[in-house]
Amino acid sequence: MRMLINSPQTVVADALRGMAAAHPELDVDVERRVVVRRDAKAGGRVGVVSGGGSGHEPLHAGFVGHGMLSAACPGEVFTSPVPDQMVRAAAAVDSGQGVLFVVKNYTGDVLNFEMAAELAEEDGLRIERVLVDDDVAVTDSLFTAGRRGTGATLFVEKIAGAAAEEGAPLDRVAALARRVDACSRSFGVALSACTTPAKGSPTFDLPDGELELGIGIHGEPGRERRPMMSAREIAEVAVGAVLEELAQIGPADGPVLALVNGMGATPLLELYGFHAEVVRVLADRGVPVARALVGNYVTSLDMAGCSVTLCRADEELLRLWDAPVRTAALRWGL
Amino acid sequence: MRDAEFFRRWMAAAATAVEREADRLTELDSPIGDADHGSNLLRGFTAVRAALEAEPTDAAPGAVLQLAGRTLISTVGGASGPLYGTLLRRTGKALGESPEVSDEELRAALSEGVGAVAQLGGAAPGDKTMLDALLPGVAALATSYRAAGVAAENGALATVPMRARKGRASYLGERSVGHQDPGATSSALLLGALADVAEQAGAR
Repeated sequence: MRMLINSPQTVVADALRGMAAAHPELDVDVERRVVVRRDAKAGGRVGVVSGGGSGHEPLHAGFVGHGMLSAACPGEVFTSPVPDQMVRAAAAVDSGQGVLFVVKNYTGDVLNFEMAAELAEEDGLRIERVLVDDDVAVTDSLFTAGRRGTGATLFVEKIAGAAAEEGAPLDRVAALARRVDACSRSFGVALSACTTPAKGSPTFDLPDGELELGIGIHGEPGRERRPMMSAREIAEVAVGAVLEELAQIGPADGPVLALVNGMGATPLLELYGFHAEVVRVLADRGVPVARALVGNYVTSLDMAGCSVTLCRADEELLRLWDAPVRTAALRWGL
Repeated sequence: MRDAEFFRRWMAAAATAVEREADRLTELDSPIGDADHGSNLLRGFTAVRAALEAEPTDAAPGAVLQLAGRTLISTVGGASGPLYGTLLRRTGKALGESPEVSDEELRAALSEGVGAVAQLGGAAPGDKTMLDALLPGVAALATSYRAAGVAAENGALATVPMRARKGRASYLGERSVGHQDPGATSSALLLGALADVAEQAGAR
């Protein structure tokens, strides 16, 4: 194992110390693992709080700031945070307007946020939760823990954050967040496994010349292993799978928000090339891309590969997407 | 009758077992999970050990388990934090405030704790989860503590051919078959530690 770390035990705290040093506009509590925008309470806004395991950077702490998250709680690597962190984050951002918890659909995240919501409500806070579950690779979802939450988390956090920034009330922010999730689907592929600091070796063995289709974001293998394909072929499989599910929830030819997301170890050269193929497949099917984002946003440590997330976006969602945002990892319009 | 000291020794034995087996738990969690079960439980039980050492020694059995459960919820994260935390907290609650509890009361309380885990996680027997070790283990408590440890261990082994329907392994579908469930394995450690401590105290 060769990693730029001090030790597996301190990797999260060390990263937070670095984040604090790089971003004085954030209030980073390294010991308690809560990252808060310094002006969270100033605007009398609804708080938007998210969190999840570390190892997905810039998700979530990289999205804390103007127009997006009010606070984030990073857990241990690939492990959901504990309720104490979420309760602390909610208290730190609540200005009396209530708090929205953005929760990715993984058993650990769901259970811990559920407990946190109960505790925060006992303390007198108003809490709403939105569950992000966009991953189409999970079939038979009645026999699993349900679809995983992956790339759509970024769409939900951006759009809910923009609505909160505008002063929308809690039920409206929550309803928008749920609508974004309902309109979004993702599909991921892995070209290599990732290595967690705790284990120190790849989480699964992927031989040269093969790839995993339908992965999540925790270094787990996907649903299927196949011989390596070209970017064009991968785009056809991924976009095809996403569109098939999107067709069940809305008009097949409406404009989409597109995210081509790197898993951590795939260079932008490849991601942009892949994006070109995604756009081509969408054009073939008559689907216009209204907005696009290409880069590493919801990663799996050092995994090579990418995911595609598409969101059927109406005028309102696009307006909120375009609204100004200023965070460590996403910024425009300011 | 079992006093608070018995329950402290159980938690300490569980912490020792987790320390010893942490690498194996993480290894089991690697092909079907995310390779952190051992390190997460190790962090939690190390905190449990410290919390119990800091608490006054005259606490009741129920209070010992409730403190252990709360500590796990606050330190482990993931699914195992709430699930193990709920198991111990609910068992401790069911034991009430009496300074000593009978083996029969412990068995009934553990059943309640396991029921709370099933409800929280929404899993059923055969879903390839910790319940597949906990349910047969607690059922065998009627026979003896050792029988409970053995039944839980066998329950964990029996998860190998199962297809996961809950938790992160469920996303793998058929590919989850052929791997022992890490949560069932750590549950067997917990009941095995109980059997060890009970035998040291002279129980069957």
